[in-house]
Amino acid sequence: MFVIKLSGAKILLKCLKDEGVDTIFGYPGGAVIDIYDELDRTDIRHILARHEQGAVHAADGYARASGGVGVCLVTSGPGATNTVTGIASAYLDSIPIVVFTGQVPTPLIGNDAFQEVDIVGITRPCTKHNYLVTHVEDMARIIKEAFHIARSGRPGPVLVDLPKDVMSMITDYKPVKELKLRSYQPTYKPNIKQLQKVVQMIRSSEKPLIMIGGGVVLSKSATELTGFAKSIQAPVTSTLMGLGAFPASHPLWLGMIGMHGTYRANMSSGSCDLLLAIGVRFDDRVTGKIDEFAPHAKIVHVDIDPTSIRKNVPVAVPVVGDCKVTLELLNALLKKEDLGDINKRHKPWLDRIREWKDTMPLAYKQKDIIKPQYVIEKLYELTKGNAIITTEVGQNQMWAAQYYHFDRPNSFITSGGLGCMGFGLPAAIGAQIAQPDKIVVDIAGDGSIQMNIQEMATAVQYNLPINIVILNNRYLGMVRQWQELFYDKHYSCTGMEYAPDFMKIADAYGASGLRATRPEEVESVLKEGLSSSKTTIMEFLVEQEEKVYPMVAAGDALTKMLLV
Amino acid sequence: MNEKKDEKRILSLLVDNQPGVLSRIVGLFSGRGFNIESLCVAETNDPLVSRITLVTWGDTVISEQIKKQINKLINVIKVLDYTGTSFVQREMALVRIRAKPEHRAEILRTVDIFRGRVVDVGTDFYTIEVTGDEEKINAFLNLVKPIGINEIARTGAIALAREKQ
Ligand SMILES: Cc1ncc(C[n+]2csc(CCOP(=O)(O)OP(=O)(O)O)c2C)c(N)n1
Ligand SMILES: [Mg+2]
Repeated sequence: MFVIKLSGAKILLKCLKDEGVDTIFGYPGGAVIDIYDELDRTDIRHILARHEQGAVHAADGYARASGGVGVCLVTSGPGATNTVTGIASAYLDSIPIVVFTGQVPTPLIGNDAFQEVDIVGITRPCTKHNYLVTHVEDMARIIKEAFHIARSGRPGPVLVDLPKDVMSMITDYKPVKELKLRSYQPTYKPNIKQLQKVVQMIRSSEKPLIMIGGGVVLSKSATELTGFAKSIQAPVTSTLMGLGAFPASHPLWLGMIGMHGTYRANMSSGSCDLLLAIGVRFDDRVTGKIDEFAPHAKIVHVDIDPTSIRKNVPVAVPVVGDCKVTLELLNALLKKEDLGDINKRHKPWLDRIREWKDTMPLAYKQKDIIKPQYVIEKLYELTKGNAIITTEVGQNQMWAAQYYHFDRPNSFITSGGLGCMGFGLPAAIGAQIAQPDKIVVDIAGDGSIQMNIQEMATAVQYNLPINIVILNNRYLGMVRQWQELFYDKHYSCTGMEYAPDFMKIADAYGASGLRATRPEEVESVLKEGLSSSKTTIMEFLVEQEEKVYPMVAAGDALTKMLLV
Repeated sequence: MNEKKDEKRILSLLVDNQPGVLSRIVGLFSGRGFNIESLCVAETNDPLVSRITLVTWGDTVISEQIKKQINKLINVIKVLDYTGTSFVQREMALVRIRAKPEHRAEILRTVDIFRGRVVDVGTDFYTIEVTGDEEKINAFLNLVKPIGINEIARTGAIALAREKQ
């Protein structure tokens, strides 16, 4: 075979090309200077973040908006430690990213050398897998494994630590054709006997409920899911992470379930006799009091990760498999069933749900101060539901989830599991780079936006027409809401009156700034901002003490909701 | 079957013989609040593979979760659960016992009964090696305790499945 001699850095870039990587989010430094030297000679696009946390969230947003793998490159020591929050967020949301960190030269490892940290040790519990490359001959294999592990099975972040000397070492480069991961074999195809049981249960159920999660988005099975729900005429609810995988405009849609779920979705979980849980992991924010979650239901749980099943809730029929493959097989099995009969049986249940919907819809009253919900509804109207929405964390995130009605997968990008403030802006950057023709909006709070505000510079540098909608309530609103409801209005340290002037911030970064202080200005500000081709901050001075409703207090049953 | 009852489990893990693998496993236990009672690691006949024998406890749900979580680690090749199966189990203990002249005969007799060995003799102490399953070692320790145990080192259990008949 034809063999060429290449440096570690050159092999890295060659392998990235082979993986189809065309964009890297990163930040340079001493330990990765050899890689940057080579990177600049390739056609891979490098997006210079302004903080390594921003680079990782951007890679995360890129992965979600593109359906591919996000890639990140940072230096050793502080560069590496700055990635940890972003990695943890991607880990909890099962997002495929590969993070390359520089490391001190191998002879110095363990000596507390300048900018040395044991990043492999630090990230072991928050990566799907990680590697320290100690021999240049291992480079090509490790990179191939890293991408494979990140994107297959239940996806997740993989970190590869690259000592500086390994990057300049020369070796014979042989492309790696085959993976030899002898024990890593995710189960895509579920056991058909289990699926026959599921069909049997659907046939005998009167009150089925489909509950979907991020797994449906990740496995790209929105179409199969819609077909499934339609054919059995079962209502669909979703966790925060699954929003968009089932069209919110569909009559079977119930809205989100959980702590801030809709009345009808939470009530349905309390009454259903069959819960078809697909690609979810039963987070405590979703189940509420675990002993009283879906108390009358037999639970079918479909997930590609066996550890998700029976971790938090007892399950009648576990199905280990990819959501897409599973739904395809289920749909095929259902073709042989008398669907008319099944649908007839489910009809009274759907009527009951419609009653819940009509008595307790999501609602607010727009009076003389701007309501944050109103801003999001207007945003939904003006973008016709076609925007990619990223969010920060807090009330802004929940209102976005409730009032922007997602019809397509990968159009809602949020830090669900980690709930990481500062996620939205860099994630919007990644999303806009993946989808240059889409409208991308970061729905932000006045607190969260300050956590990665430096990424404004990145957005402006690359001419990204990102829209940043700041719902400015002058509070760390979600924490304040808890203090109001459960701590006698003792607003300890949640005031945000010392925020910067966001219009000046926009100006200083070379972006546009628009502000609405009265309800009648909301629409015009949104229109102007959305039509601008510049990075734009749209600030809305909203009702300060508005609360997110419904709300289930932490530890209460889902059906015990606080309503407006 | 009582699902909620805590039960001891003997797991035998075949893992890649690479740096950091043990730390992934131990980190998993500490991070998820699982218990480790004992743990033994050494290379197998295949130099690329190590065997970790791990004793843990928990109810059925936790034990299942432990096994699934371990299995999920990329470097874990196989997880064998010996609990309730036919297997041989051994542990070794080194015990330094105070050996006053009037006790020496009794010590030697006890060691003999337990098929142990005296591996070091000093002026005041004998060091004894005993192997067996956990119960046997505990029984030995109970017998020599009144004589005066100075120090103990135990390996923790190692185990192998019996050959299938
Ligand atoms: C990095 C980080 N720190 C702290 C928190 C805790 N926290 C959750 S919501 C929230 C308030 C966020 O305030 P803001 O961005 O203004 O959003 P609002 O709730 O007011 O819409 C805080 C502090 C968090 N989720 N993430
Ligand atoms: Mg706020």
